[in-house]
Amino acid sequence: MASAEIDVKYVAHLARIALTPGEEKKLGEQLGHILGYIEKLRELDVANVEPTAHAVPMVNITRADQTQPSLSHQAALRNAPKKAGGLFIVPPIVE
Amino acid sequence: MLHQLTISELTAKLVRREVSAREATQACLDQIARVDGKIHAFLSHDAADALAQAEAADQLLAQGGCAGRPLLGVPVAVKDVLAVKNQPLNCGSKILGNFISPYDATAVEKLKAAGAIVFGRLNMDEFAMGSSTENSAFGVTRNPWDADRIPGGSSGGSAAAVAADECIASLGTDTGGSIRQPAALCGCVGLKPTYGRISRYGLVAFASSLDQIGPFTKDVRDAATLLGVMSGHDDRDSTSVPQPVPDYAGSLTGDIRGLKLGLPKEYMIGGLDAEVKAAVDAAVEKFTQLGAEIVEISLPHTDYAVATYYIIATAEASANLARFDGIRYCARVEGDNPIELYARTRGAGFGAEVKRRIILGTYVLSSGYYDAYYLRAQKVRTLIRNDFLKAFATVDAIVTPTSPTAAFKIGEKSDDPLQMYLSDIFTISCNLAGICGVSLPCGFTRGPKLPVGLQLLGQPFGEATMLRLAHAYEQSTSWHKEKAPL
Repeated sequence: MASAEIDVKYVAHLARIALTPGEEKKLGEQLGHILGYIEKLRELDVANVEPTAHAVPMVNITRADQTQPSLSHQAALRNAPKKAGGLFIVPPIVE
Repeated sequence: MLHQLTISELTAKLVRREVSAREATQACLDQIARVDGKIHAFLSHDAADALAQAEAADQLLAQGGCAGRPLLGVPVAVKDVLAVKNQPLNCGSKILGNFISPYDATAVEKLKAAGAIVFGRLNMDEFAMGSSTENSAFGVTRNPWDADRIPGGSSGGSAAAVAADECIASLGTDTGGSIRQPAALCGCVGLKPTYGRISRYGLVAFASSLDQIGPFTKDVRDAATLLGVMSGHDDRDSTSVPQPVPDYAGSLTGDIRGLKLGLPKEYMIGGLDAEVKAAVDAAVEKFTQLGAEIVEISLPHTDYAVATYYIIATAEASANLARFDGIRYCARVEGDNPIELYARTRGAGFGAEVKRRIILGTYVLSSGYYDAYYLRAQKVRTLIRNDFLKAFATVDAIVTPTSPTAAFKIGEKSDDPLQMYLSDIFTISCNLAGICGVSLPCGFTRGPKLPVGLQLLGQPFGEATMLRLAHAYEQSTSWHKEKAPL
């Protein structure tokens, strides 16, 4: 089985995870090994098989559109790493 | 020794007022003080809060308030992935910092409503990713039967705490075997209910199409009791199923005559340990003596389950764990812009296995690879599910080993992720198929003496029959009564 190549640096960027060069190298090796194993799924003919997203398929689950109690402002902010004036503080998003 | 009691034994004594909930809770706390320095099942526990809950339970008991509260005064500990209001929630990870849950998970709310004393945060592999609890950011949990060995995972703390009698029962979660495998390796009962049976509101999601909450207990009856308490539809989890909840404990009649038990030929694989195989073979023989009929079945896509699982579970994890970004919670690492903040926070906060899985999951979902990996895995999942549905057309339940080996040594597989993944071979298909499963003790290896687990797999929403089989077997053996040498 051919071991698939994975551009760890690029995928880590997509996943928003900063890696050290050492982590990138180790992950590249390990993921190549795992992807090689996963290649075995190609042995199967799945041309006429429907995909399963959930084992107990239920669709259009709705509930009445009613106001219900929810977290208080204070409780929602309790775990905020940085807050002020009842808001979450984040770095500048717009220049 | 109150901490050693089962739920049914303890509640009988509580109702008769022979003992108090405070005494039972104190016995568990004393056991934690005595053994948890060695086992490290608990990340933390609030003794004062547990005793306050116990005193409230004693007041209700004094007023005869046990009607409708089947767990009144029973100390139950919880895996660190379930929200318990005003308690820490870390998921075995550094990234959550000092997070305190603002609300109760539905399963926890139901336990409390049933009178349970919900206490403690149990160790786990970070975000439930692992099979040994070595991936916890807070140190490994040790197997009560041999402190040099892993307790299994990801719910290793939940299994070890019950096996070490540090609580009467506990909760864990199972995405690919994370309840059943540690239950097997620690010698207790672990139940993964059918997908949709128990609400997951307040469970930190790992892989949403696979995750289920379930109990760890000292016998099958207790598992049935906890399942009954926690099951049912919940408006706050749209995947919970609006089906009536049977009387699970009432279905444990001991009579399994005529039930058909399937033995999958694909599960007698090369890596299966000889002593594990011998214990499972003996259990199958016992089922025959009890009047069940053994039928050889085939689950031909078994060999593809691990590969399928590691695509689907990592893909879902990569989406679910996007929420840990350092904005509304998490131990933030600042950056000049949001992207830098996210990447630094996640780079510093996640451990190696979590990074590995998020990156794998991101890759299999990324443009150009989606069809080849994710879509193909979903199709193979259909084949695996169809194998089970076909088998269940002729059998009432399926019997297998839970894990190919007994507990392995700490460090033995931690450098080889693929080998670690393959240790889940017998438990993973159950989650992909969305059926239910239970592991219960079926013997011990000889040197060293380590528990061996038997797995029963039941039809979708077939917990009552599966537990009837498990209970009948358990009651004809004494494996579940053996205690770890602590």
